Formats: sequence, structure tokens, C-alpha cells
Amino acid sequence: MNALRFLAVRVLGAVVVLLVVAAVTYALFMLLPTNPAQAICDKPCTPERLADVQSFLGTDKPWIAQFGAYLAGIFAGRTFGSGASTISCAAPCFGYSFQLHDSVTNLITSRLPVTASIAVGAAVLWLVVGVAGGTVSALRRGSLADRAVMTVAVAGVSSPAYLIGLLAILLFGFTLGWLPTSGYVPFAEDPVGWFVHLVLPWCVLAFISAAIYARLTRGEMLESMSQDFVRTARAKGLRERQVVVRHGLRTAILPVVTLFGLDLGSLLGGAVITEKVFSMQGLGALLIDAVRSLDLQVVVGFTVFSALLIVTANLVVDVVYAFVDPRVRRRA
Amino acid sequence: MTANVVDSPVPVASGRTTGFRAVVRRVARDRWAVVAAVVIALFVVVALAAPLIAAVSGQDPYRYHVDALNDFGAPRGPAGGVSGTHWFGVEPLTGRDLFAIVTYGARTSLGIGIAATAMSIVIGVLVGVTTGFLGGWYDRVLSRVVDVIFGFPSLVFMIALTAVVPTSFPKPLLVVLVIGFFGWPAVARVVRGQTLSLVTRNYVVASTAMGAGRWHVIRTQLLPNLSATITVYATISIPSMIGAEAALSFLAVGVTPPTPSWGRSIGDAIGWVQTDPMYLVFPGAALFLITLAFNVLGDALRDALDPRGGAR
Amino acid sequence: MSAPLLEVEGLRVAFGDAEPVVRDVSFALTPGRVLALVGESGSGKSVSAMSVLGLLPPEARVSGSVRFRGDELVGASADRLRAVRGAGIGVVFQEPMNSFTPVLSIGTQIAEAVRAHPTDLDRAGVSARVDELLRSAGLDDPQRIRKAYPHELSGGQLQRAMIAMALAGDPVALIADEPTTALDVTVQAGILDLLRRLGVERSLAVLLITHDMGVVADVADEVLVMRRGDPVETGSVVDVFARPAAAYTRQLLDAVPVLETGSGREARDGSAPSVARPGTDVGDATEASRASRPDVARLRDVAVRYARRGEPTVSGIDLDLQAGRTLGLVGESGSGKSTIGRALAGLVPVVHGSVEVDGSDLRTARGRRLRELRSRVGIVFQDPASSLNPRQTIGWSIAEPLLVHAAASPADRAARVAELLAAVQLDPTWAERFPHQLSGGQRQRVAVARALALRPALVIADEPTSALDVTVQAAVLDLLADLQDEFGFGMLLVSHDLAVVRQLADEVVVLHGGRIVERGTTERVLDDPQQDYTRMLLAAAPVADPARQAERRAAWRAWEGVAP
Repeated sequence: MNALRFLAVRVLGAVVVLLVVAAVTYALFMLLPTNPAQAICDKPCTPERLADVQSFLGTDKPWIAQFGAYLAGIFAGRTFGSGASTISCAAPCFGYSFQLHDSVTNLITSRLPVTASIAVGAAVLWLVVGVAGGTVSALRRGSLADRAVMTVAVAGVSSPAYLIGLLAILLFGFTLGWLPTSGYVPFAEDPVGWFVHLVLPWCVLAFISAAIYARLTRGEMLESMSQDFVRTARAKGLRERQVVVRHGLRTAILPVVTLFGLDLGSLLGGAVITEKVFSMQGLGALLIDAVRSLDLQVVVGFTVFSALLIVTANLVVDVVYAFVDPRVRRRA
Repeated sequence: MTANVVDSPVPVASGRTTGFRAVVRRVARDRWAVVAAVVIALFVVVALAAPLIAAVSGQDPYRYHVDALNDFGAPRGPAGGVSGTHWFGVEPLTGRDLFAIVTYGARTSLGIGIAATAMSIVIGVLVGVTTGFLGGWYDRVLSRVVDVIFGFPSLVFMIALTAVVPTSFPKPLLVVLVIGFFGWPAVARVVRGQTLSLVTRNYVVASTAMGAGRWHVIRTQLLPNLSATITVYATISIPSMIGAEAALSFLAVGVTPPTPSWGRSIGDAIGWVQTDPMYLVFPGAALFLITLAFNVLGDALRDALDPRGGAR
Repeated sequence: MSAPLLEVEGLRVAFGDAEPVVRDVSFALTPGRVLALVGESGSGKSVSAMSVLGLLPPEARVSGSVRFRGDELVGASADRLRAVRGAGIGVVFQEPMNSFTPVLSIGTQIAEAVRAHPTDLDRAGVSARVDELLRSAGLDDPQRIRKAYPHELSGGQLQRAMIAMALAGDPVALIADEPTTALDVTVQAGILDLLRRLGVERSLAVLLITHDMGVVADVADEVLVMRRGDPVETGSVVDVFARPAAAYTRQLLDAVPVLETGSGREARDGSAPSVARPGTDVGDATEASRASRPDVARLRDVAVRYARRGEPTVSGIDLDLQAGRTLGLVGESGSGKSTIGRALAGLVPVVHGSVEVDGSDLRTARGRRLRELRSRVGIVFQDPASSLNPRQTIGWSIAEPLLVHAAASPADRAARVAELLAAVQLDPTWAERFPHQLSGGQRQRVAVARALALRPALVIADEPTSALDVTVQAAVLDLLADLQDEFGFGMLLVSHDLAVVRQLADEVVVLHGGRIVERGTTERVLDDPQQDYTRMLLAAAPVADPARQAERRAAWRAWEGVAP
């Protein structure tokens, strides 16, 4: 079946990419001069102690074995050391932080709700606002509405999230006092508080992306509305709204869908910055701290995890795109 | 009798001219684009002449002026300590002249931004044109490489990299290399797509058919027709490269202090938003302005180079 | 004759502040009759037709009167226009592949057309109606067509689906904008026949836009000739073709290449068409001159395959090309004629046989020998818009072969460029101009000049005039003939147009499905075809003579359904 082959090829490609990314990441961080064993070796770090730590970590083995052990750990869990000082890390094991005394997986899952709340909420917001804005702009090209939206959009594209964030904090948080400026409230605890604390981060993170999407949608809509098939739709006697939505937008939306999928994958990057601005203890904060304290296990594990997200997002995008654009299915 | 007399009078053909002079003329008609170009020129001058300018103001970004601060470390005086000696006020906790910091910061941002763009454009165009034109296993292999690089969480990786590379390696160069490295795949993809559509054009086929070598075709047929895309892409890349450097500095993993950087100043300003908002405003405004200027100019260039003509 | 359904008076269309592209056009459509709006590019024929239903871009300004059943459509409200679109007047567009929305199935789009106007059909009813419409358009498997997407159907099938969709609202009039221009001649004959039949069966008033005088003679009852926005002549087709009053109409008719000897123009003014070439006399004289000329290229049992496995695109191709003579390669799309042209240029993967140019096999040549061989072949492509690099001057493009082969110093190159421009009848001082400053015909001349730069032994002309207006086409064909006489190169003329082939070629080879179906001298193949496929090709091509075309139409009908 064509569809199955399509899927299989894509999945295989994704797995290969992931493996390469993992290998490069692992090589870069674990095998570089910065000796990971050194970092966790208690002071005073005598050569014997260092050797102990190395055998504990498994870094005295050849690099291919190390990487193999790492990969195996992702599927089956892993144990460090032996005997009394064993530390076990349940599957999927992306690594173990000796500084924080917890597996990377646990660390990620505990912080995930924060980052996910910010990311997903912002994503929905920017998609809706961006596409709507871009469509309105395209349909009323040259009008005041169009110019206003596009001006705001170009300003939005030029404003880094953290700048907007800080300005928003200044204005809405301190000057007007409408919204809290930091902290995260879990949904389970207090839904209203969860929402109120997230409004500013959502708007901030969404602003720049909404601008990008508005510009993209406008361009694509202008393009698709000038195509022959739109003229055919009008010639059939369809209402203008049907023409715009069923024929124009449906065709213009394809590149936007692609971009959205890719953006979802790289949301982690944007979240990192937003979390710092709003002092939220999400995945971003975890990474920054790990980098500062050279907790390489966390760094590597986190990178591999985000690569997994990106590759999965790309895969989903490919599949959804094939579903939405029949022309692609044939070529697969 | 020549045919140009017999044939109908020359009509304006469907394509617009995309020669350099025509493009400049078209861009010059857009008021905002001209303003943007002036702003960019201004920033470039400031970046190049930073020491001179700082000398004029009588300050430099490294000297501490603790006397300008109060007991809490905040600047004395209104608007963050703006005065005749300190035109933009001073930095909290250190008392360094903010005007000098912003001026020298232009060097960091523009220097790194433009260098990283140059790197990613050069590599990206090279890879894009050759893979699009030559195809075959070369194309397949490099496309996989591009896929892999796209699979990297770039910001995360950049943050992590700056942590593990030994401090002996010059930081600004590292930042340029890292940002440029993650930038070229996007360029390559766009250029490859354009090249693939150009390769079927008859004039490219004719060139090969008449016996031209591959480099001749790339040089004379493909590259001139890609120059529009490349120019627009470069102009639009610069602000995102500048933004990437600023983001890294914001997260305190960019250029090392005391090298001035707008991003780092903004990052440091988080804790001072309530007491000294001007510490945020001056570098923030500078960053915003330069990014906006490049985006506006890039948009105008794209419209001017659009072969279909007319405002979009 | 019944009262006119659509009356257009003093129609004037301008875009923005520019000069009007349509000036003072008037015509009327009556049920059961076909009016053809004919003209070359820039005549304003399409714009006139699109303005009837308000289908022009927003910057268009339309003035004058367009009355449909007594109601004024110019300046009508959006609702009023919407009511007429589809239900009063249906439209068939030119490029069916681009005129259907690519992401929706055909069935969905036709069902939309059915539901766009008040109807009491339920879902099942709508589906049944869609099937009925598709069947009436000649599509026998409506279930499959309904579920298909536009890119999955052929041009002919799509156009029939488009016709079905145009009839969905039960209109009383139909506007067909160049409905068959993008289609093969055999498919075209079917579509034109369908349009004619439907027009008669449903008493439709049909407005047909076309640039092809043969199509006008085939289908239309009345004709309006347009030129640069102005109406030139109008009247019944029989009258206008037999006794054209305006000089431009005469010019148009004269420029149409003749398919049948002893027809059309010759009969009218008694003189032989200016395009008859010396040396195309039948019989022994041809055979003798053939034997005395050297071969410039030879194909022996050539097969070309693009994919790694599967059927070859073309196979078993044997061709001989001589200096000073033209071989016409005729076929429809997908026949492989362009592939063979490209095989001679070494541009496609030849998997079998030998391709000899100037004595050497292209397949085995490498490096310097290959480049030398390439310099012996010049190519002229179909599309003048993409034949020349828009970023280089035409002088540079013409001199490129000289540059590539390092054949001359810059001064010599400039001299040669001037020489070539003069040879193709262009002003030599134009060498510094860019392609966008030239018209299509002028660009094609530049392409010919480039092809001749290295004094090739062989020129491959791949549909050199298909994209040009018919008057320009005549001039370019004449130019090619003259240049061949002067420089003595052998020419491979690839074309789908049999009349063009008759005009230029000494020999004809007919291709179908990648194989040679028939070959012989031009006269023999075109006057006395032996193979069914050739006969079908000849029968399907319309000629610009209404009386003769009516006979041909009857003959074609007899062939309908006969497959080679």
C-alpha cells in the first residue's frame, strides 16, 4: 500500500536522523576534553578516585561502547556502577544527573507541564491570530486594516520575545498591576491562577510568531486568490465567503501547516527564553542551570530529548501534509 | 528590412527588469525603505566609529563610576542617571556609561550578525546550487545532512556548546560559527528549491546542450538568476542572526563580559525593571530599531525584486 | 433566429489608469448559435468575455452595456451577478489543470456548482446529477472521475469535467475561453464536437474565444475579429472567410499554414502561397537530391528511458538527416518527439542504439570530443520566454556558444553577433538589449541566431513557433526556411502541427507511443497517409475553410472511436 510505504520511509528517515543527532551530541559533550568524570568527582580528586568515578560512569570504555550503552539505556534503562553504590535509571533513560540526584527523564517530566502549558497555549494563540490577521489583510489588501496589521506584524517580527516580555511585565505587571509577572501555578491546584499567570507569557511568546504567520498567510492568500481556480469558483456562482475559505484558504494554508509543525518542534527554544523572563521553573531553567554547573548528563539528555521532539514533529508534519495535499500522495 | 520594423512595436514584456539600478530606483520610491536604509547606515557608522564616538562623549564602556550610584546600586538621578556626562545614564551595580555600552554593543551585534549571515549565505548558496543542479547521490547525501541539522534543537545546542568549548577559544568567533552553522541549511533548502525550478528553463538546458561545462552554467546561468532570492534572504537573515546573538547573550551564554552586548544588558535588566527601566529601554530600543530597519528594507527589496511586479 | 440572449454594446475595459485594452466592442449571442471571438495575443478577446460576468481582477474598470435577458450586468450588484454566474451563463476556461482547485476532488467541485443555485436535490440527488453531467460530457466512468483529483486526470478528461461543471446550473449560454488551446489535436476535435453537440441539443448560446482560425471554421456560426482591443470585422463565418473585408482579417487568414494542398488560400486568390519552397517537388527529383546530400545525423534503433526500469519512452527509432533538408517529426504529447530531439542533443539517457552526429556516436563520445560534437548541433526551443537568460543581454546569449568553445576573441565575437542579428533580420545595435525588451517573435529570432552561432551541421527546432501568434509564426517559419537555404544545415523540425510541417519539411516521420508509425516524403504522408493514426491526425486538424471543414468534420466523425 502506497500510504504504508510512505509512512515507513519517513519513519526510517526520522530514526536515522535521531541516531545521528544523538551520536553527534554524545560525542561532542561526553568525549570532549571536558571530562565528565572530573565534574562529579568529589574533592579532593585523586587519580584513584577519578578512576573509580570513570568506571562508575562507564567512561573508561571505548567510545562506541559508551554510546551503545547510552542508546541501550534509552530503551531498557541503565545502571551506573555496581554493588553498594549502584544507581539505577529507569527506561527511557536519557541520562542521570549526579548533581541533582535524579534521572534526566524524571527531571524533564517534572518540569514539562510548565513548558508545555506555555508552549501549547502560545502556539494555539499565534496560529489563530496569525492566520486570521493574514487572511483579513490579504482580502482587504491596501486598506487601512491591511496596513495596520502589516505594520504591527513587521514590528512584531522585529521584536525579540524577551524584549516584549520585559516591556509587558513593566506595563501590565508593575505599572498597571493587572497581571502577575512571575511564577507558575499548576492547573490542578488552581485553574484560574494557572490561566492568569500564563496570559502574559502566552501573549509574549505568541506575538512574534503571530506576526510571522500573519505575513506568511497574507502572502500565500494573495498568491492563491490570484490563481485560475479561484476565478472558476466565482464563475460557478459561489458566495464570496465560500470561494475564500473552501478554495483560497484551503490551498494557501498548506505552507502554514508545514511551518506550524516545524515550529512546534522548535518550541523548546522559545520557551527557554520566555521562562527566564517570567522566572518560571520549566525546562528552560533546567537547561540553563545544567549548562552553568556543567551537568553534562542533563545537557546531553535534554538535547537528545528535544531532538526527539523535533524529529517527531517533522514526521507528523509530513504525514499531515500528505493527508491535506493530495498531490503529494501520488509522488510518495 | 529589419524585422523589428516589420514586427509589432516592442511591447513592455511580462517580466520586469531586475537590474541593479532599476531595483535601487524602485526601493527608493518606498519612503519607509529609505528611512530604514538610513537607519542601517547610521548604525554601521556607529559600530565602526564606536571608539571615536565614545571619546566625544568622554566615556568608555569599561570604566566604573561608582559615584553615580546610590546605596542600593541603582543609578542616581532620573531616567537611570541621564545627565550631561552620561547621555544614556549608567548601568546599575557598576556605574558604567550606558551610552558607551550601547554604542560598543552595536559592534558586537552588527559584527556578529553580519559575519554569521555571510557564513550561512556562502555555505548555503554553494550547497543549494550544487545539489539542485548536479543532483544524484551528492544531492541525496547533502539533503540528509540538511535534515539532520534541522533535527538539532538549535538554541538548546548553541547554549550547550558555548558551555563546553574551552574558554581559550575566542567567544565572538564561536558565536559566529555556531549561529552561522545552524543558519546555512535553511538557505540551502530555499536555494535548492529555486535552482530546481531554474534547471528546467530552456536557457539552462541550451547552455548544457551547446557544450558548456557545469561551472560555466552555474556561474553564468544560475547564479545571476538567484541573486534576487539571495539578496532578499541575506537582508532578512541579518536581523535574525543579530537576534540570535542577543538571545544567547540574554541567557548569559553569549560573548563574555565585559564585552558590551545589547542582549546581555537586557538580560541583566530583568532584575531592575521596576527601579531602573531605562536600563532596559536604551539597549532594547537599539536592538528593536536595527532589527526593524533590516526587516523593512528586506521587505522593500523583496517587493522590488518580485518579477511579477506591483505591490503585494 | 430567436431573440438574442446576451447583448453587449460599446464595451470598454481598462486596467487602473492605463489605456483601455478593449474599446467599443459589441456583439450578441443567440440560442443555438456559436459566436467566435478571434484575435491574436493582446487583442482583448479574453478580457471582453470575462467582463461579461464580472470575472476580471478588481482593478479592471468596465463601461458600456452588457444585457443578459434584458438585465444590465455592468455595475450590477454582487448578488445579481452571482445569480447569473453558473445558472444563466456557464464558463469553460482555458487551462483545465489550473482551473480546478488542486486540493478538492472533481466530484466535490461539480457538486458545489450544482448546489450553488437553488435546488431541491438531496445529497444522493446531487451525486446522481453529477454523474449525469459527467456522462453527458462524454466521460464514461463518472464514479472514478468523481473521486479523482485534478492532477490524476488527463487534459482532455479535465476539460470534459469542466464542461460538465459549467452546465451544472442549467445555463442558457456558455462562454468557452480558448477551451482547446492546451490540448492535443485529436483531443481537441472531441471537445469541439462535444461543445457543438451540446450547444445544439440544449439550444445554448455559445461564445467561443480562440486564436485558431481552423477552430472558428469548425465550430462557429458567426465571428468577430479583434485586434489590440478594437473590433475589426464581424459577420457570418462563411462570409468573412470567403470574402474578408478588412486587411487584418486577410492577413490573419493568409498567415495560417496550409494543411491541404489545393484548399483555402490557393483557391481564393489563385496564386501559390508564398511559403512554397523550392525543392519540395514530388517524385524522382526529390530522391535524386536526397542521395547527393551528406548525412549530418543518424539515429539507429535508438531507445531512450528516463527511469531506471520499465518501458522506454521511445524505442526502435531510425532516422537520417541530411544537410540542407528538413525532417518533420510529428506526434501528439507523450509521443516522444521532443525526446528524440533531445537525444540528438545528447540531453537524455539513451539506453540502446547509436546516435551519430557529424560522424561520431554521441553515446561513446567523452570530454573534448563530446563538446566538439555539441558545437555541431544548434537548438531552438519552444517557449521564447524561457529560451534566453533574462539577466544577460541578447548579445551575450548569442555569443555564449562562442564563449563556451573559446572560438573567438571578444572583438570577433561582437562582430559575429552583429552578423547573426542581421541574418535573423534584427537590428544589430540591439545586442545590448535584454530579453524582456523584445517581443516573443523577436526573442525567437534571437534563439535562432544563437543556434547558428557556431555554424552547426544540424539544427533541432522543437516546436519553434507553437507559442507565437499566427502572423508572427509565419515570419519565423519563413526565416528558418531562408536560413536553411543560405547556410545549408540539416534541420529536425519537431511539431504537433501538421500544417507547419507541410510548410517546412521535406520528409515526415509520424510518432505515436514512442514508436515510428509512418514515414515518407511530406507530400506522400500528408496527401496519402497509409496508417490509421496518421489519417486520424490529419482528419482531426481543423482547416480555416468553413465549407471544407464541414466535410472534414463529417469524415472525422466517421473515424471517431477508431484507435491506432
